[in-house]
Amino acid sequence: MDINPSNTTGSVNKLIQELSKLPGIGPKSAQRLTFYLLRAPDEQAKILAEAILSLSQNTRLCSACFNIADNDLCPICFSGKRDDNKICVVEQPQDILAMEHIGIYRGLYHVLHGAISPTEGIGSEDIRTKELLERLKDSQVDEVIIATNPTLEGEQTSMYLHKIISPLGIRVTRLARGLPFGTELEYADDVTLTRALEGRQEL
Amino acid sequence: MTKPRNYKTEAIIIKKTKLGEADRILTFYTPHLGKIQAVAKGVRRPRSKMSGHLELLTHSLVPLARGRNLDIVTGSQTINGFLAIKSSLELISYALYIIELINKFTIDNVENYPLFKLLLETLKQLDRDCNNELVLRFFELHLLSYVGYRPQLRHCVLCHSPLEQASLSFSPKAGGILCHDCKNSQSPAYSISLNSLKLLKLLQECDFETVNQLEVRPQSNYEIEWIIRNYIRYLLEREIKSIAWLDAIRRQNREG
Repeated sequence: MDINPSNTTGSVNKLIQELSKLPGIGPKSAQRLTFYLLRAPDEQAKILAEAILSLSQNTRLCSACFNIADNDLCPICFSGKRDDNKICVVEQPQDILAMEHIGIYRGLYHVLHGAISPTEGIGSEDIRTKELLERLKDSQVDEVIIATNPTLEGEQTSMYLHKIISPLGIRVTRLARGLPFGTELEYADDVTLTRALEGRQEL
Repeated sequence: MTKPRNYKTEAIIIKKTKLGEADRILTFYTPHLGKIQAVAKGVRRPRSKMSGHLELLTHSLVPLARGRNLDIVTGSQTINGFLAIKSSLELISYALYIIELINKFTIDNVENYPLFKLLLETLKQLDRDCNNELVLRFFELHLLSYVGYRPQLRHCVLCHSPLEQASLSFSPKAGGILCHDCKNSQSPAYSISLNSLKLLKLLQECDFETVNQLEVRPQSNYEIEWIIRNYIRYLLEREIKSIAWLDAIRRQNREG
């Protein structure tokens, strides 16, 4: 949708344009947000603007695990209370949020920032596999838990990691792949059902 | 002919792209509609009933509904999930190369039934994990035939003289073999041994049953792979992205 510049002021237009560049926000949503902010107290707009600015200025990648961090180390690597014998390998920082939400895992993480995807030209050098190997070489890690997505790319990445990590004598495990909670068996696909059957457990 | 409001087709998933929060745009290769694209809604949610049936390298039965822009996938049932391929790093790399070639060499909505058969048969062969390199060469050669770039191997492409034994070469530009006299007129031309030429001709004529029984020296395979790869690169005018990964995996396997 084109916004007619003569009908609104420059700063309103500009914000609408910038907001509509965000993922999932179309021109109408951008317009709604803009006019909401126009009427909102100054304080709210200021906090929002500062939050956005500090996002790019104050965050960096953790030097150990490549999670998003405020300082050199992310809160998880920094805490010192985590079990440093285990590393959980995930594709993106958001995956750590999901894992932390369950609150069971007490080990460390490693963020690959992607998965191997040959058809898009993403190979093992384009994600942080080399850094993972370096990290494992002089550490006391005894288990690497691979938590890449159960997609073709994630599976491929996990098989690759297994291949390069197991020569170091470190145990490599993969998150179980099976039936998600709340679904119905009849709709399960062959791969999922096969894995679920292979990974069945005593009750 | 306009498509019906709802229709159903067999399909092999050859490409997927993320769309919005939980959707994907999928590219299917189908027996009678050729290459088509469709939106699969909600397949990136863990509880999606369709997601496992719509992963890359899956042969599925897919019902679709006509959409305003792209058609919408309304369900999916796996026919063959190619489990062996998906459990092997090496086989996945081969298979991804195959679907990338299919995607690059075809355009939307053009039926090519022999090509669908070739794709399906090749994936079935890879799933059996036997003579994979030659299966790949077989696929490449027949793909080229089905899309109209069949390499000319019987006689010299330029002067049509029968091919003598001495110093033959393959010219991507001419699309076939050049005899000794013509080889300097087209560059680049890659020299090809008589054995490799025989292998190319055999692969062009035979079926998968023969391929499975063939035993070929690695050297011959390298030679024809090199020639076909250069021919494909010339035709597409770009690199096939998954080749780099395929090469890396094979190099690793050779090193141990």
